[in-house]
Amino acid sequence: MPYLYHTDEDRRSMLQAMGLTSEEELFDGIPSKYRMNETLPIGPGFSEFETIRHFEALAGRNSAAGDMVSFLGGGIYDHVVPSAVNHLSARSEFYTAYTPYQAEVSQGTLQVIFEYQTMISRLTGLPVANASMYDAATALAESALMAAKATGRSRLLFSENINPRYQQVLTTYVTQQELELTPLPATADGGIDDAVLRKSLGDDVAGVVVQTPNYFGVLESPWRYRDAIREAGALLVVAVDPLSLALFQPPGEYGADIAVGEGQGLGNHPNFGGPLLGFMACDQKYIRSLPGRLVSETRDIDGKRAYTLTLQTREQHIRRGKATSNICTNQGLVALRSTIYMALLGETGFHQLGGICHAKAHRLASMITSCAGYSLRYPGPFFREFVVRCPVDAQLIVDDARASGILAGIPLAKYFGDDSRNDLLIAVTEKRTEDDFNRLCDLLRKT
Amino acid sequence: MSKTLFEMSRKGRRGFRFADEPAAGPVDVAREYLRKAPPRLPEVSEPGVVRHFTELSVRNHHIDKNLYPLGSCTMKYNPKVNEDVASMKGFAGLHPEQMGTDVQGALEVIYTLEKQLCGIVGMDAFSLNTAAGAHGELVGMMIAKKYFQDRGESRSKVLVADSAHGTNPASVQMVGYHDQAVPSAKDGEVDMDVLNSSLDKDTAVLMLTVPNTLGIFESRIGEILELAHARGALCYMDGANLNALLGWARPGDFGFDMMHVNLHKTFSTPHGGGGPGSGPIGVKESLARFLPVPRVRKVGKRFRFDDDNPDSVGAIHSFYGNFGIYLRALCYIVRHGAEGLRRVAATANLNANYLASELAELFPIPYGKRCMHEFVASGESFRAHGVRTLDIAKRLLDFGYHAPTIYFPMVVREAIMIEPTETESKETLDHFVTVMKQIAREAVEDPDLLKGAPYNTPVRRLDEATANRKPILAAPLNCPEA
Amino acid sequence: MNFERVRFTKEHEWVRFEEDSDVVTIGITDFASSELGDIVFVELPAVGSEIKAGEQMGTIEAVKTVADIFAPVSGVVKQANAELEDNPEMVNRSPYEEGWFLKAQIANPDELERLMKHEEYQEMVGKE
Repeated sequence: MPYLYHTDEDRRSMLQAMGLTSEEELFDGIPSKYRMNETLPIGPGFSEFETIRHFEALAGRNSAAGDMVSFLGGGIYDHVVPSAVNHLSARSEFYTAYTPYQAEVSQGTLQVIFEYQTMISRLTGLPVANASMYDAATALAESALMAAKATGRSRLLFSENINPRYQQVLTTYVTQQELELTPLPATADGGIDDAVLRKSLGDDVAGVVVQTPNYFGVLESPWRYRDAIREAGALLVVAVDPLSLALFQPPGEYGADIAVGEGQGLGNHPNFGGPLLGFMACDQKYIRSLPGRLVSETRDIDGKRAYTLTLQTREQHIRRGKATSNICTNQGLVALRSTIYMALLGETGFHQLGGICHAKAHRLASMITSCAGYSLRYPGPFFREFVVRCPVDAQLIVDDARASGILAGIPLAKYFGDDSRNDLLIAVTEKRTEDDFNRLCDLLRKT
Repeated sequence: MSKTLFEMSRKGRRGFRFADEPAAGPVDVAREYLRKAPPRLPEVSEPGVVRHFTELSVRNHHIDKNLYPLGSCTMKYNPKVNEDVASMKGFAGLHPEQMGTDVQGALEVIYTLEKQLCGIVGMDAFSLNTAAGAHGELVGMMIAKKYFQDRGESRSKVLVADSAHGTNPASVQMVGYHDQAVPSAKDGEVDMDVLNSSLDKDTAVLMLTVPNTLGIFESRIGEILELAHARGALCYMDGANLNALLGWARPGDFGFDMMHVNLHKTFSTPHGGGGPGSGPIGVKESLARFLPVPRVRKVGKRFRFDDDNPDSVGAIHSFYGNFGIYLRALCYIVRHGAEGLRRVAATANLNANYLASELAELFPIPYGKRCMHEFVASGESFRAHGVRTLDIAKRLLDFGYHAPTIYFPMVVREAIMIEPTETESKETLDHFVTVMKQIAREAVEDPDLLKGAPYNTPVRRLDEATANRKPILAAPLNCPEA
Repeated sequence: MNFERVRFTKEHEWVRFEEDSDVVTIGITDFASSELGDIVFVELPAVGSEIKAGEQMGTIEAVKTVADIFAPVSGVVKQANAELEDNPEMVNRSPYEEGWFLKAQIANPDELERLMKHEEYQEMVGKE
């Protein structure tokens, strides 16, 4: 057996020490009618070589975006991952460790989380960040529950410009607790209507949930309705693209109460959509309603600086049914990778990366709009992702482009039906070149 | 003491440079959108970053170093080949919005793992979309809610054993249900009388862990599940302890309607310092239509995602769950095959029972004559010397071991919950016993030694009270350049 | 410490009353605070809210435990100890003086009669 130590002699002597003669006896506690007599229907084991061959064959049945010219985004982005990120996160000291419950022998993991929390806090401009959630969708859903808990209110307003997949998860979570969801419809310019928002507010509203840049890439301006939300006694919850915070106003600056987002783009491969990294930050006031792990700096008895899990009484292993959430894990290893990534880029590099993606996206947008029949769907300002209205069904363009090894973007009819049949969501990262842009535009002109 | 990245930072250092770095300011965006100054990320060189994280890494206990006997966490060896498979470009580079024809291999991985898990636990359908065990429990409760709504029944109570993981009652609350604890009887199993009187018309779900957190298999499991079913309730199994059963018994055969599996426990995927995990949820055929979307279907020889399921509880993850973890778990299953998994469970139980029998004299085990994959001893006798279980746990760290799970489950006083797993040698177990005996001796002869422990760790006991009263959750914006 | 005008509950709360006032002071006992260990947070009902004898009125948190605080008597909260917000350790240091929780105007002085006197309480915790 691949990973077991014992020799037959080991087994014999261990059984003997217990006065047993066979391993079968170890299962005596299971009533015989439930003991399996047949073999598990999963086939025989493979050697390591056969296993690798097997998975190489499976991987060979995929055509990875990473090997093509990809304009896919929608929350998952194809950025350069520096080698040091892969090498450091492959250290088994990190990946074979468990949750840092014994702080004295977990200072590595704990300090990494502390540094991660600090970075998320600085990106979002909010003082408190937790050790991470499963992904942006569940972080967004949990922040809605958190707003309901913190305010004792039962209705949530949410923008229909939020990533449709996040909206689905939000609905799944929130409707369990008999909370009400009121959609804020998208306007023609790709934002939400302040007047509608104001009208929808009321003393039963726990929070208003928006995303910026939103799913269509458009930057929203939550500061315009921030005061109205505060006056109504509700919380402002904002989902953000972390890289956009290199250039654009952070949620803390315009008075958001909770910020969440997807950290995959910060040094992680797309991995077919998981594992991801949901980050979550909030104002100091709401710290006791916050789900997830938190790490605090402290001292040991010799006065040495050290780190430990803190405010654990919020969590399920202590408060059980009264915990702020049922979440137990955080995305430790993914958060580690993002911490390494942000450290490698640093303030200057991160700012430049944001600028590069922004400039390239605008360059491509202007190239595309100069192709006959193509226009930008929304006039609002955007960061690095935008919707193109095509003269034909966007799916046709996607199929054509794929034949040339280009992933042209996400055809929006997939989520928004026939009205969006001609809409294509395009994301640009630093990996895309002028040559890539030309290839895409050549294709668009031909279609 | 390790400096933080923020203390190491020097303006102008760079750990990574992009190919073309135009001095690209924002174009065409009104001033009100702009950030005043870029976020203050630390500026460190690449060698500086590598040294920093390497230095931090060695301050961790981890499985590759030594025994990690945390009960209920199944800290088994994480095979290296798993990591090679998960990092293959054809998997890691896949974008979740790629078209079906480009992701056939990935869909086959999902489809196959679902089928393998069905076979291993005796369920009819699995969804892998749940990102952790607690996430699986949550979806299990959502499914129960849908099921009863569908039948026009309003039930809202979930019975949870008092020895259950804290996630169980917390998951119950997340769907608006309420939990009620079922106490353990003297033998550590479910108290049948209390169960009988608690199972009423309002009971939606009976939630059990098998074997339970005391490492005991519920000997009356069939009777218990029949009783619950007779009262119209569904039965959910917390699969945290599945490692004890692989190839020997299947929860689906006991009568459970639903269960989750922790791929990061039973199927060797790394714990990653606290995640990512993966907690697939399996159900019997009658509940399959409630599983989260999307699901993977096989049509002829092709695989595709199916979003179209009006009965589903809905979407519960941005995409399809922690795909990178499925690869590792499937790799583990493929390496072992049927016979290999059976040997895994036998060895896990052998190691636990061997340790239990060697330790029982000094650390009595209040429940169970024989355990399965883990056992719960008590440090109660050392209280007379002023020594608590916490002190024993801290002293163990000095000998290069991680501590067992302590003070859980709450039904055992001064609980010491030990799960050695199958990937430990007899020599390691014997040495652990020797150390535990020495600590027992020290507890009597020199209790202060234990109360001051640990001594040989990167830091010593922490001031947790201050960390809780006045938490410092981020480094100060202006770090002194130490 | 004089416990003549102090009464105790089974749940380890204490109530101190004054001869000619219907306002009482409430806290938890030294036994409870030392059992809990380092107290890190106390959550109390808002001033003006009603409390009901025997019902939960707040929570008290140590590093790894949470305990419910039960109202020993019924009444209206008049004042909460704001100092505990910044210095919850006062509950450990001085459970009967600086670490008090709240002052309440009681509805029914008879409720005090049902509570334990100091000696009875001492006997109870001695047995625990």
